[in-house]
This record gives sequence, structure tokens and C-alpha cells, in this order.
Amino acid sequence: MRRVLIGTAALLSAVFIVVPLVYIFVQAFSAGWGAYVANILDPNTLHAIWLTTLVAIIVVPVTIAFGIAASWLLSKFVFPGRGLLTTAIELPFSISPIIAGICYLLLYGRQGLLGGWLSQNDITILFALPGIIMVTMFVTTPFVVREVLPLMQAQGPDQEQAAVTLGAGGWQVFRRVTLPNIRWALLYGAVLCTARAVGEFGGVAIVSGSIRGKTNTLPLHVELLFNDLNVVGAFAASTVLTMIALVVLIVKTVLERRG
Amino acid sequence: MSAAAAPSVRARRVLPGFRLTLGTTVLYLSVIVLIPIIALVLKGAGIGPGRFWDMVTAPRTLASFRITIVAAAIATTINAVYGLLMAWVLVRYEFPGKRLLDALMDIPFALPTAVAGLSLTALYSANGWFGALLDPLGLQVVYSLGGIVLAMSFTSIPFVVRAVQPVLEELDPAYEQAAATLGAGSWTTFRRVVFPAIMPAWLGGVSTSFARSLGEFGAVVFIAGNLPFQTEVASLLAYIRIEEYDYEGAAAIALVLMVLALVVLLASNIVQFRATRHGGRSL
Repeated sequence: MRRVLIGTAALLSAVFIVVPLVYIFVQAFSAGWGAYVANILDPNTLHAIWLTTLVAIIVVPVTIAFGIAASWLLSKFVFPGRGLLTTAIELPFSISPIIAGICYLLLYGRQGLLGGWLSQNDITILFALPGIIMVTMFVTTPFVVREVLPLMQAQGPDQEQAAVTLGAGGWQVFRRVTLPNIRWALLYGAVLCTARAVGEFGGVAIVSGSIRGKTNTLPLHVELLFNDLNVVGAFAASTVLTMIALVVLIVKTVLERRG
Repeated sequence: MSAAAAPSVRARRVLPGFRLTLGTTVLYLSVIVLIPIIALVLKGAGIGPGRFWDMVTAPRTLASFRITIVAAAIATTINAVYGLLMAWVLVRYEFPGKRLLDALMDIPFALPTAVAGLSLTALYSANGWFGALLDPLGLQVVYSLGGIVLAMSFTSIPFVVRAVQPVLEELDPAYEQAAATLGAGSWTTFRRVVFPAIMPAWLGGVSTSFARSLGEFGAVVFIAGNLPFQTEVASLLAYIRIEEYDYEGAAAIALVLMVLALVVLLASNIVQFRATRHGGRSL
């Protein structure tokens, strides 16, 4: 029984997960190394890599800052509306990114609620970097809070209160008392957030306009190359995303073993 | 606020940063999450009930909902069984390669959905590794309902596994040994002793997996073929409506999808809460 179950589990996982993963690299290199390098060095691909990196560089720190603020708020203070805030933070988990994209279009689009006001003030959000960043932030909202909040709740406010009683200021308490306690959970959340930010597709597909060489993130570029029937190019671009995913998994596994 | 809670509020307010963190949290949530959702709800409300009903019951839209729900149900059923098997094997047995197998379970979340969709499409198309095997048998996965199911189940693999694993770890094998001593077979033991204990967590994973599949887009668009009435899922139809500048049509579909997912998760939360207060966590 034991052997049958382990065997079935391993076989199914190999077919279901490992082969699709390996196939990405097989296809990307199917036309040889030279073609692979040429595909990666294509200006539009390079731009997509840069844009996706830029989005992650902006989104991840903001999500971390929000995650710390929200966790501090929800774990150190009791106030009316706490439950409501917690629900609001979890909401993006239950809402498909494509729906998030549509929400953004209806709010910030030309015919959206704020569209008139935005164009009067010459503020561009949609089909540009701000829209891509904001919709990615929508999707990553719960990632850091979910790792940090349970830890801060379990630890309680006692240590921080002691530090305050001894005369420490707010930032000092955070840096010297809170941060050392939560740093691994924080890093863990940041790593998962990075993976999600880099791979976001549906929401970004709606708000970015997918303008080649301008607002085309790497996952969108993969689809664009695929639609161009440049399958090898699409797989080459995919290897960059796959490598990021694998690094994320390795870091995650290492962090889990520490925790 | 009750009288008993009042002193603790005062005691806790010793700590600084209440205003700063409250302001930051509320500002972020409003701008990034809540106001955009309100914009969708307002747009939907502005359509008016009669036209809204006509929009979501139009034949093409209804067909897309049917395809989405059927595919999500099949994908979730597959994951419900596969996830349970994986959780069981990873918790109860020791074997070489166990850590690797455990780490593999996170790949579908770490890998961008577009990449997963691309790879699955190539793999199962007629000249791909699996497609070349299945095609002579008359099994076409790509550009069919099967492809949608495949994409949906791949992207939601971790939900059930990661929900059941921690609960199974806490479950004392002594109960199963006791059942076995009393003469129960392994299937009876599983059905009567193990499953009731992990059911709430399993159900939580299953419903999250279903809710996620309802809105899956990235992986599906590659493999589905996207033919109206045949392989067009609801999230794609909403996307098409946006490209046609039919924002009301898109809003109507998006609202139905959003409410559907929230109802599924709410119902599962109620069932879980009634069963026990054990909650599973998944990515």
C-alpha cells in the first residue's frame, strides 16, 4: 500500500509538474544556444525583462512597508473596524487578477470614474507604468501581512511595551525589538511577493495595453511572441521567468528550514 | 466595546504608531483595493437590473459561464484527490526524495501562469511530447475543454496539498492504530478516523482551488483555443469585452465571477467553522 501510494504520487507529480518545467528549457534551446542568446538579446525582450524588474523593484518594497504597517496596527492595537480591515487585506486573494484589471479600467480609464479628473490634471495611470504597478500591488497586497501578522500576534506587544517604558522611541522599538523577531517571516513574505509580482499576467494584460517595447512586461511578452508564432522566442523569454521562480523556491525552502 | 476590554485598549495604546499605521493601512487599502472594487460595483449597478440580466444571460455569456464552471469543477475534483494523496504521502511516509517532492508542490504558484500555459500547450499539442502520444489515441487536449481543465488544475495544485498537510501532521497516528487494533481495515480507518479530522481543511483547500479556477486566465488563454460557445471561459470573455470597449459587458461578467468566487469561499468558511475551528493555510 505504502509503495503504491508513494509511486503513484511521484509518477503523477513527474507527469503533472516536472515534465512541463523541463519542457520549457528543452523548447527554449531547441534551436541551439546561438538562437537562444539572440532571442534573449532581442531589444523588445530585453525591455520586457527590464520593465518586469522595475515593477518588482517598486512593488515589493511598498508591499513590505504596507505589510509591516498593517501587521503592527492589527497586532498591537485593539480598535473598532479591525475585522473589517483584515477582511479587506485578504480580499485580493479571492478576486481574480483579471477582475482587478477591469476594476482599474473602470476607475482610472478615460471613461472611468476618475478618468475626467485625471486627464484634466495630465495624470496618466492606465496603459503606463503607474497602472501596471498599482494592479500588481492589488494582487500582492496580502503577501507580507499573511506571513508577518501571525508572528507578531503570537509574540504580543509585551516586549515593545517594555522597550517603550524604558524610554525607547517608536522607530527605535521597531528597529531593535520588532524587526529582529520578524525578519525571517518578512523575508519569506517578500520572496513570495516577488514571485507573484514578476509573474502577474491577467491584471496587467488589461491595464498595460501591452505596447511592445513600452508597457509590455515579460509575461505579456511571452504571450505576444507566442501569438507571433515565435514559439522558441516565447520559451526563451519564459526561461528567465522560470529561473526567477526556481530561485524563489530555493530561497523559500532555505527560509522554511530556518524557521 | 465592553468594560472588560477598555483597560487593555488603554494599556496597548502605550505603544506609538497607531495613527501612522492606521493611516498607511487605510490609505493603501482604499487606493489599491477598495475604491477600484467600488468602481466595478457602481458600474454594475448603473447598468440597471433588466439590462444586467440580459447581458449575463446572453447565449455566448451563459456558455462561457457553463464552460468555466464545468472545467473548474473537473479541475478541482482532480486536485481534491491528487492533493489528498500528496498530503498523505508527504506527511505519513519517509522515503528518499521526499523533500524534493514537497518542494515541487510549490512550483505552480511560483511559476508565472503564462509560462505554465505556454509549456502545457506545447507539451500537449500534436507535435509535443505528450500530444504525440495522445493524438494517435484520438485524445485532443489542446484547444478543448480538456486543455482548460489541465491549465486550471495545474495552476491550483498547491491549494489542497498545503491546506491538508499541517492538519494531517497534527493528527496523532495513535487513533488510527487504535482503530486498526479494533479490527478496522485501512480504508475504514481512513474513512472513519482520518478523513473526518482533515475534512474541514480539505474542504477549505478544495473551495479555494475552485474559486481560483473560476477566475484563471493566464494559463487558460494559451491552451483553450478560445472559441465562443466551445472553449471560451468567462474571464476571457470579460477581457474580449474590454478590447471591444464594451465596459458594461465586461463589468457585468466580472461582477458575476467575483460574487461567485466570494459565495464559494464564504460557504466553505461557514462549513469549516461549523465542523471545527481548525483552519488550513494555503498560498
